[in-house]
Amino acid sequence: MKTHNIEIRGGRVVDPASQFDDTASVFISDGKIASIGQTPAGFKADQVVDANGLVVAPGLVDLSARIAGNIDAELEASVAGGVTTLACPPDVDPIIDEPELAERIVRHAEDVSQVRVLPVGAMTQGLAGTMLAEMSLLRDAGCIAVSQGRGLPADTKVLLRALQYAASCDVPVWLQPAEYYLSKDGIAHDSAWSSRLGLSAIPVAAETMAMQNVLSLAWETGARIHFTQISSAEGVALLRAAQDDGLPVTGDVAVHALHLYEQDIGYFDPLARFDPPLRGFEDREALRIGLAEGTLGAVVSAHTPRGVDVKRVPFAEAAPGATGIELLLALTLAWGESLSLPLRRSLLPVTAKAAEILGIDAGQIAVGQRADLVLFDPDAQWTVQESDLRSAGKLTPFLGRTLQGRVMKTLAGGQLVYERG
Amino acid sequence: MLDPQLDADGNLIHLLSTEGLSKEQLTRLLDTGASFIGVSDRDMKKVPLLRGKSVFNLFFENSTRTRTTFEIAAKRLSADVINLNMSTSSTAKGETLLDTVDNLCAMHADMFVVRHESSGAPHLIVDHLRRTGRNDIHVINAGDGRHSHPTQGLLDMYTIRHYKGDFEGLNVALIGDILHSRVARSDIHALKTLGAASIRVVGPQTLIPTDIEALGVEVHRDLESGLKDCDVVIALRLQRERMTGALLPSATEFHGLYGLTHERLKAAKPDAIVMHPGPMNRGVEIDSAVADSPRAVILPQVTFGIAMRMAVMSVLAGGGA
Repeated sequence: MKTHNIEIRGGRVVDPASQFDDTASVFISDGKIASIGQTPAGFKADQVVDANGLVVAPGLVDLSARIAGNIDAELEASVAGGVTTLACPPDVDPIIDEPELAERIVRHAEDVSQVRVLPVGAMTQGLAGTMLAEMSLLRDAGCIAVSQGRGLPADTKVLLRALQYAASCDVPVWLQPAEYYLSKDGIAHDSAWSSRLGLSAIPVAAETMAMQNVLSLAWETGARIHFTQISSAEGVALLRAAQDDGLPVTGDVAVHALHLYEQDIGYFDPLARFDPPLRGFEDREALRIGLAEGTLGAVVSAHTPRGVDVKRVPFAEAAPGATGIELLLALTLAWGESLSLPLRRSLLPVTAKAAEILGIDAGQIAVGQRADLVLFDPDAQWTVQESDLRSAGKLTPFLGRTLQGRVMKTLAGGQLVYERG
Repeated sequence: MLDPQLDADGNLIHLLSTEGLSKEQLTRLLDTGASFIGVSDRDMKKVPLLRGKSVFNLFFENSTRTRTTFEIAAKRLSADVINLNMSTSSTAKGETLLDTVDNLCAMHADMFVVRHESSGAPHLIVDHLRRTGRNDIHVINAGDGRHSHPTQGLLDMYTIRHYKGDFEGLNVALIGDILHSRVARSDIHALKTLGAASIRVVGPQTLIPTDIEALGVEVHRDLESGLKDCDVVIALRLQRERMTGALLPSATEFHGLYGLTHERLKAAKPDAIVMHPGPMNRGVEIDSAVADSPRAVILPQVTFGIAMRMAVMSVLAGGGA
């Protein structure tokens, strides 16, 4: 088969991993990056992609996007959001607790898209928190880690066993830290705000107790832990302390939690119902700083497509989560902008850092790497509208907000898989 | 963010909460209530203010008492009243709340009286009506989850004003299960706006919402300190299912610590009135001897409740408070 050569011409190449930031052409050959800046010997472009006025960055790496259930539409949304590698949590329908299910998702994704889809398997069968899932087989089927979905098992002994077993198989464990009973019936941050609205609350202690339990057991078992969607200032502090103590533990934050806080619930807006809940103003600030300081390595979209049938209902009855993968870039840029971070730093938690947590080669522009790239206009302003979203889930609390930075083109595996019309 | 119960000019078009209402708006509602007090005593108990209007009682949570008072209020205003017991009706068949609302709108409803177990459910309806351009339909919150029960708040304010004349300088205590109480929240907001001197909430930490001080109240764990020099004492209903378990060990112990007795009420002012939103658990949050004493104004609360619900309906239908 003839080699397909692509030149991405005239863009501002920003690579967070190498801190490279300069105008350069990127040359792609056989789906891989052949050169940056200099035309490789004998290279003849079959296709030239004009990147004038655009930033050329590594394709985004999203550690949490619930795409199963409607894989085709959600992968379309993924490339429209510039995401070329994603991990899908197990708490989808059906729950990813069997190797065949994980395999099916990976195969389906490969059939319809160039996006790399890495399922996160269930840590316990049916996520019921009682019997271990087949972690080793799940890993063999393509799972990047195992997880308990939202929260921890109620039974701490099961948690201990799961971490011991995962450590034996060398399967990473990703946990959304929430103590089972303290978080079970809650729908909002425990504070004056939820007291005023009369919403049942989840205290920050649900997160810190869960983290403390997991950290104790991580020392004990040697399990590799990643905390996903840390939501509180105290949670960030615990993570930092554990890292300072030398534990190889990582964490991420949902991109909406960098911008919203509990008062964005307003008058019971069901679109602002998330799990973990939007927390206080100080929590949001701590998350923003924690991400900038690197305590939190990655920022995730926490993409959860939801229909009107489960969102246009009273707040307490609304399903948690919102569509988000198409907002990941702009919301991450807005975070970086607000802290005056250079672009190469702002993009780190959605590229190289996130890939490092996954433990795969991705999220960087380097010779020999798979050519996964996002080309975006850093100055373009756009208003989030339902009609613009490709995801099957159209509902997000950011509807109507004007954001800056828009994905114009996406390449995955060396193919132009998205171009804004 | 605009308060959804007000229109762009600040007029009251829905009643969702006592929070957000100005002192003038609250006072006008209380004054309007006063004008309806006489109606119920007449031989001809009806006024034609809502003639030809359809009021739908949408009760997703069972409550014969509250529903009945709304029904009486609407009928005394000459409205047509349709009672829908939603807990056994369409939602049980899977219809969403907003589907139900759309259907009733198609039947030319003029007013919805909504009770729902979820905090914020009436706000969802108001948001939906606004989105779909049906601004001529009014919504009255008849109790949403733990959040708000504004007509109860208003009738409590009416009762207090009736017996105490004014709110300035008043010390008011709310006793018991504040955590689950929409009545407490409605009373607190209204009392704050109307200028009560101090508002205390009294109960064990398990029944006091987190950081409730932010609403402008004092928290007392001890009943005696909470009752000290009070002009108004409001006992709250303790739901039976919350009397034993992780919130409280037993009804007996609760009564021992927080039950209102004549002995305990000695800490309050001698002319303090005792209120209760009903239905009462005699011997739990309140002694029978107190409930049946002259200082208890629990039955007048019920009577005033009808006048206040008439006031709310007529003000909403008449446009603006």
